[in-house]
Amino acid sequence: MTTSDLSEESRLVATSSSGTNQSGSANPMGMEAGELVAEGVCAWFSGRLVLADVDLHMERQRVTALIGPSGCGKSTFLRILNRMHETINGAELAGSVELNGEDIYSPTQRATTVRRHIGMVFQRPNPFPAMTIEQNVLSGLRFNRIKTSNKNDVVEEALTKAGLWTEVRDRLSNLGGALSGGQQQRLCIARALAVRPSVLLMDEPCSALDPASTLRIEQTISEIREEVTVVIVTHNMQQANRVSDTCAFFLSENGKPGHIVEVGPTTKMFSDPDDPRTLDYVNGRFG
Amino acid sequence: MTTTSNTPSEAEATIGDPVVAPTPNDDRRRRIVKTRDFKPTDAALLIVTMLSAYSIVWIIFDQLTLLSGEFGFVVCTLGIFLALYWFVNLQIYGRHMAVDRLLGGLVTFGALCMMLPLVLLVYYVFAKGLPLLSFSRFTQTQAGVGPLSPISKGGFLHAIVGTLQQVVLAAIMGIPIAVLTAIFLNEIGGRIASSVRTVVTAMSGTPAILAGVFIYSIWVLTFHGYSGFAASLALAILLLPTVTRGTEEVLRIVHNDLREASAALGAPDWRTVWSVVLPTARSGLVTSILLGIAVSIGETAPLIMTVFGSQVMNLNPFKGPQAALPLVVYQEIKLPQKSAVALGYTCALVLFILVFAIFIIARILGSAWLQGVLRSRKGGAKGGSNAAIEEDLMSVALAPAMSMGLPRDDRSLNPDWGGEE
Repeated sequence: MTTSDLSEESRLVATSSSGTNQSGSANPMGMEAGELVAEGVCAWFSGRLVLADVDLHMERQRVTALIGPSGCGKSTFLRILNRMHETINGAELAGSVELNGEDIYSPTQRATTVRRHIGMVFQRPNPFPAMTIEQNVLSGLRFNRIKTSNKNDVVEEALTKAGLWTEVRDRLSNLGGALSGGQQQRLCIARALAVRPSVLLMDEPCSALDPASTLRIEQTISEIREEVTVVIVTHNMQQANRVSDTCAFFLSENGKPGHIVEVGPTTKMFSDPDDPRTLDYVNGRFG
Repeated sequence: MTTTSNTPSEAEATIGDPVVAPTPNDDRRRRIVKTRDFKPTDAALLIVTMLSAYSIVWIIFDQLTLLSGEFGFVVCTLGIFLALYWFVNLQIYGRHMAVDRLLGGLVTFGALCMMLPLVLLVYYVFAKGLPLLSFSRFTQTQAGVGPLSPISKGGFLHAIVGTLQQVVLAAIMGIPIAVLTAIFLNEIGGRIASSVRTVVTAMSGTPAILAGVFIYSIWVLTFHGYSGFAASLALAILLLPTVTRGTEEVLRIVHNDLREASAALGAPDWRTVWSVVLPTARSGLVTSILLGIAVSIGETAPLIMTVFGSQVMNLNPFKGPQAALPLVVYQEIKLPQKSAVALGYTCALVLFILVFAIFIIARILGSAWLQGVLRSRKGGAKGGSNAAIEEDLMSVALAPAMSMGLPRDDRSLNPDWGGEE
C-alpha cells in the first residue's frame, strides 16, 4: 500500500467526530460510523436527466430510508453515494457527495477506496459462488490487500454482526451459494461489514426474501447502526417505519426527473408529513 | 407486506392441519395419464410396432416388388413405423398422446442418427487397431523398422513424445493469449472489441493447411528448418480462435451481479476478473481450453509442412524433424505394406487413447470435486469438525466430476440458486 493511498484513507475516515462517536472505543473492530452529505446531486442516463438537485444529509449512526415509487431515482441516488453509478455506460452526474467532509468525487479520490469505505448490499443476494463462506467474508480484505493478524476473528465477528454465525459456524468451508436466500443475503452483509466500512448502503436488501429472513435482516440493521451509518432503499413502508430514523421521500411525477419531496424524522413522515403527497404515499394511496 | 409481524413459528402454524392423507388403496385417487409416462406396456407396443413395420416393408420390398437397396428399406421402415405408431397410439390414448409419441419418435431417431457415426468411428478404430496394440507400442520407436521387419516390432513412443511436446508448447503460447483476448472482449470491450471478435470468428474458419503454409514460409524456410516448435506455432494459431470464443462464452454467463458485488467491496477491475470472474467460470474455462487442445492434437495438415515426421526419437522440439501421432497415422496408412497399414490403425487408437486420457485428467483438475476435497482439507486443518467435512464432500460429490458438458454446473455461475423460498 502506497503512502498516498494511506493519506487518502485517513482523510476519508476523518476522526473529526469530536466526541459524538462513542462507539469507536467500545467496539474492538474499530468501525466508525461516517457522515454522508449529498448536495445538488443530479444524474443522467444517456443524456436523460433522471435525478434533479437532491440534497440529503445522512447522519452518523443513523438509519436513513429512501422511499418512493419505482423509477423515482432512489437506487440511482444510492449508487451515486459509493460511485457505483459511474460503472454504468452513459451515466453522468453533477453535485457533490462528502464522506466526513471529504468529497468522494474529487479527482484525487480513487473509486476503489471510496467503495471500501462505503459498502453496499444489493437487491439480489450475490455471494461469490466459487468461494466458501469463509472466503466470501474475507474477500473484501483480500481484494484490498488488507492484512489481518487473525482472520478467524474477523470472520466470526462479521458473521455474528450479520446474525449468521450460529447457523454457519460448523460449515465455514462450504460454498456460499449452498445457503438459503436469506442466509446468502446475510452473508453478503457480513462480507460488506468485514472491510469495516463507515457507511453501508442497502438497495432493497429484503425484496427477494421471505418475511422471516426480512425480520432477521432488520434486526441486523438495528444491531449494526452504532458502528456504521446505514442508508436503505425500500419499497416496504412498514420496513422503513421499523428500521429508519430519517426518511427521504423521492418522487418522479409526469415524466419529470426524480427529486426529494420531503425529508424528516421517520415518525413525523409517517404520522404528520408536511406534503400531502407524502401522506398519500406512506398510506398506500399511490405508488 | 403485512405479515412481517409473523415470527417463524407463527408462519409455520398458519400452514394448518393437513387434509387426511389418502391411503394407497383409496378410491378417491384418480388415474392420471401423463404424456411422458413410458410403462412396460408402452415398450411392448413400441417393439411390436417396429416388428410390424419391418415385416410390412419386408413383404413389400422383398416379396411383392423387385425393389432393393438398404437405404430405401430403412426410409420406408421408418415412415411406416411412425405412421403405425401414431395410429396405434391414437386408438389407445387419443390424439394428444399420438402426436406427442410421433414427434418424440422423430426426435429420438434424429438423436440416434447423430450418435451412430460417432459410435461406428470409435468401434472402427478399436476393431482395426486393437489386435496390434501391445505395451511395447508405448515403449518402442520406429527406429530400424523397415518393410521386412516383423509386425511385433516398432512402437510410437517417439510420436507420443513429439505430439505431447508440440501440443504443450502450442498450449503455452496460445492459451494465455486466447484467454486474455476473451477477457478483453467480455470484460473491457470498447470500440475495437467488435472488430477483434470478427477477426477471431474469421480465424476459426481458417483452413488448417494455411496455418501450416504460413509457418512453413515464415519459419521453416527462413533457415530454421523443420522442428516441433514450428508445428507448435501452427497449432497455436489454430487453437487461438476456439479457446477465445469458448472462453468468451463462459465469461459471458458469469452473472453481472458478481462483478458489481466485487466492485462494491473496493476491488479494482483486474482483481474482479482474477478473483471472481475466472474462478466462477472455472469449469467452463477448462472445457474451452480442452476443446482447443483437442483441436490442435488431431491436426495433421500443418504438421506435414512443419515437423516433417521422423522414424526415430527426437527429444528436442526446437531442432530437427520430429514425429507426431496424426502424422504417423497418415504416413503409415499410405504405405503399400499391409503390416504398415495395420500399424497405422494402431497408432490412431493410441492417439484416441491419448486424447481421452488428457480429457479425463483435465476434467478432474477442473472439477468441483477436487476443489471441494482441497477446500475441506484446508478447513479440516483449521479445526473444522469432521461432520462438516463429510457434509462438504457429499455436496461436492453430487456434481458429476466426469461430465463433459460445457458448464458443468450452471447453478455455480448463478448466485441465486439454492434459495429455500
